[in-house]
Amino acid sequence: MSRTMDRSPGSVSRIGSLVVRFAGDSGDGMQVTGDRFTAASALFGNDLATFPSFPAEIRAPAGTLAGVSAFQVHIADHDILTPGDAPTVLVAMNPAALRANLSDVVTGGSIIVNSDAFDERSVAKAGYGADPLSDGSLAAFRVYEVPMTTLTVEACKPVGAKPRDAERSKNFFALGLVSWLYHHPLDSTIEFVERRYAAHADVVQANTLALRAGWNFGETTEVFESSYEVPPSTLEPGTYTNVSGNTALAWGLIAGAHQAGLSLFLGSYPITPASDILHELAKQKHFGIRTLQAEDEIAGVGAALGASYGGALGVTTTSGPGIDLKSETVGLAVSLELPLVIVDVQRGGPSTGLPTKTEQGDLLHAMYGRHGEAPVPIIAASTPSHCFEAAIEAVRIAVTYRTPVYLLTDGYLANGAEPWRIPDVETLPRIDPEFQTEANHTAPDGTSEFLPYLRDPETLARPWAVPGTPGLEHRIGGIEKHELTGDVSYDPGNHSRMVHIRADRVARISRSIPPVAVDDPGAADGRPARLLVLGWGSTYGAITAAVRRSRANGLDVAQAHLVHLNPFPENLREVLARYEAVLVPETNLGQLVKLVRAAYLVDAVALSKVEGRPFLVGEVESAIAERIGSLRAAKETRA
Amino acid sequence: MTTTDTTDTAAGADGAPGATTSRKDWTSDQEVRWCPGCGDYSILAAVQFLLPDLGVSRENTVFVSGIGCAARFPYYMSTYGMHSIHGRAPAIATGLAVSRPDLDIWVVSGDGDALSIGGNHLIHALRRNVDITILMFNNQIYGLTKGQYSPTSEHGKVTKSTPFGSIDTPFNPLSVAIGAEASFVARTHDMDRKHMMATLRRAHDHKGAAFVEILQNCNVFNDGAFEAITGKGSRESMLVPLAHGEPIRFGPDGSKGVVLDPDASLRVVDVADVGIDALLVHDEKRSDPSLAYMLSRLARGPFEPTPIGVFRAIERPHYAQLVDEQIAAVRERKGSGDLAALLRSGTTWTVG
Repeated sequence: MSRTMDRSPGSVSRIGSLVVRFAGDSGDGMQVTGDRFTAASALFGNDLATFPSFPAEIRAPAGTLAGVSAFQVHIADHDILTPGDAPTVLVAMNPAALRANLSDVVTGGSIIVNSDAFDERSVAKAGYGADPLSDGSLAAFRVYEVPMTTLTVEACKPVGAKPRDAERSKNFFALGLVSWLYHHPLDSTIEFVERRYAAHADVVQANTLALRAGWNFGETTEVFESSYEVPPSTLEPGTYTNVSGNTALAWGLIAGAHQAGLSLFLGSYPITPASDILHELAKQKHFGIRTLQAEDEIAGVGAALGASYGGALGVTTTSGPGIDLKSETVGLAVSLELPLVIVDVQRGGPSTGLPTKTEQGDLLHAMYGRHGEAPVPIIAASTPSHCFEAAIEAVRIAVTYRTPVYLLTDGYLANGAEPWRIPDVETLPRIDPEFQTEANHTAPDGTSEFLPYLRDPETLARPWAVPGTPGLEHRIGGIEKHELTGDVSYDPGNHSRMVHIRADRVARISRSIPPVAVDDPGAADGRPARLLVLGWGSTYGAITAAVRRSRANGLDVAQAHLVHLNPFPENLREVLARYEAVLVPETNLGQLVKLVRAAYLVDAVALSKVEGRPFLVGEVESAIAERIGSLRAAKETRA
Repeated sequence: MTTTDTTDTAAGADGAPGATTSRKDWTSDQEVRWCPGCGDYSILAAVQFLLPDLGVSRENTVFVSGIGCAARFPYYMSTYGMHSIHGRAPAIATGLAVSRPDLDIWVVSGDGDALSIGGNHLIHALRRNVDITILMFNNQIYGLTKGQYSPTSEHGKVTKSTPFGSIDTPFNPLSVAIGAEASFVARTHDMDRKHMMATLRRAHDHKGAAFVEILQNCNVFNDGAFEAITGKGSRESMLVPLAHGEPIRFGPDGSKGVVLDPDASLRVVDVADVGIDALLVHDEKRSDPSLAYMLSRLARGPFEPTPIGVFRAIERPHYAQLVDEQIAAVRERKGSGDLAALLRSGTTWTVG
């Protein structure tokens, strides 16, 4: 029997896209509500992008602005790149949720409120002087007042739950209502509820009743003039799943280790927003993965390095202050020349900063945050699903070049999700660890010997000879080493050569990375754009959407997005030289812009945002228009 | 293959049964650079004499160290070795031991490295019972940085950094180890190779984390720190050898002993006064660590009768063993990991 609910043939409008934000107290279940709406959209075939936002406190005081938790989802019938700049629909479960989110809602947008929560005390607690539902302040919006608490309690009566308990299902009432409004079937959500709360039959029943009551409320009342449908998107053929950045990254690490034939070791200390990678890998023990929740960040990376020394793929994951603590060990890994992947899920800083908010603040730390000349390759993921590919690439570089590698993501990618076309595992790149198993040199007296720092002439990688290999016993350490034997050496010339070799080894990685792709449609007809927008990491979605919109408005603009931040792709110098102006949007005060200016002497200009939030498409779009405007003005002045 | 070849490259390299090695085979070609007269030399010799006798192979033996004078140790061994960073050797060794349970891993550390900058890693390696042998050379001073007080320096110690005397309360290394749930805790000293070798052999054979404090003389910055108990003339009356199942006795002809008083404190007595039957019988296998802890505090410092030998040696599963058992149990339930299936483990849908 299908559990899809029938609906009456009312007025239905087709729309191309929709941005809904669910907002409530952090205990109201807004994350699960948003997540279920997303899952149903994905199954329906919409393209989508999500943006969860929650307070750092587990339960900030109920009803206050500090405690508001929200989940935004953008669904469309076409390929989309961001969770949307501004919600067209806000579901506000209480006055604080309304107040905290109202300024983001598009003018004329819909606001669905739980009117039961707008009592005098709650209104005051949210900092309102008067009830916003009756003081006319919402005149620019379409406001739907629904007594969700009352209706949920009423609907749950058959379960026999106390009103206080029944009330907790009101997020499912809201989900049911929004599902009716946007033609989402309830089946997958009911299945989810049955699975998730299997141990508590009464909870399954209450949530299901609330969900259906929400749907029925939309169906039977005439509160809403119309319902809407976002038709399925035309995605590339294939099998899809919805992944968050942290999950994709964890899977990418598993795939990377698998492709290299190495066992995966994760040394990690819990920290927001990186912990989910530890959680995911800890679940996958049947892959032979060893996860160690270490005593601190330093031990996490130390244990990972120890595992790499033993021939495993050592990985550590962290964020924010964790990166500071790991720096000394990363320097040791530079000296030992062993594979190591350091995942930094960037968050707002300095210090504890904004634990749950996003920022691209650590690029220069990854680049330079060690004492001495200690170069480390850097990879950055661009989208939640790209975290998978980026992780495999980080593993490839770490293993091939025997080096620590920084893999940068951020809070926005970590928790955001998007549909991902699942790759065929047969097509994933192979990685050869090339373990050393025998002597690699003939001494002047004719005997064969092992030189632990004798390098591959192409990659400059040293041999990876792991304990247990007979005849290759050797000692390594953080003291400067002789360039061939690895013995302690304080010789000035040797140190100079070793510093240069370590720098060259990282620089040569550029030989094995693809050139940066430039999207400049006019270039083929000999009419290249004058402005290049250069980005890295999680700004990809906002920049790409902004570039599309700018072109739709008749502006010529080129776009390039970097995955490899150290070393840069070999063609980057030539690419930058092609354009009169380079704009670099970053959620920091301009870190990539410093690197490209220093490396290529180009007058690149930063577009900075440091609010703990990703760029809105409109913000990048305005900056593009402004830059192109000033280029035109300058040209006219010259003419 | 059996071999009588004793050249450096062949002997002991393959660990084949019957292969015999000597100290020379376990010695690297690097010049030893400790100060002449340093106690570290005798510890190095004890380890190099012991290893040929342990039935282990060079390629499966790893020495990991942090920073400090003691931390140069790996360079002098012809095994695998890593001279890492200050205090972190137990953490690095944990990763190595968890991913490579087949290896024989030694951590060499000092009182500053293990108890000051690396205190956190030490206690956690001990509580997890990582299968490593930790040698902590205790000289009660910072040697490599030329003479500052350490976390084991006595209260009032005058050094370059404490010209008016240290005001810190020192750590008792064995009390720390026992408090950190260590399954094996022992003490020996650099003046007695035989005792060192016997103690280190016990530590090596223990499955799990073994912690050995080695009283070591720094003849440059803290000369004679243990002279009152380890000196040739004082040893007999000041060191209290512990032997499992035996009454705790020491002194000339075993004239002194240790009793447990009804108020739950230990006291040194003349055996003649109390009789042998009144002496405390040492039980290193006792699961409750309280008595071992009390023994670790019998002396208030190296000027009172000080127990040496194995304080505690209990059996509990070591960390890598538990990790591997868990992996095996999950595989039993779920089968070995399948990457293609993992990528499809969420909700999926097909387009086109």
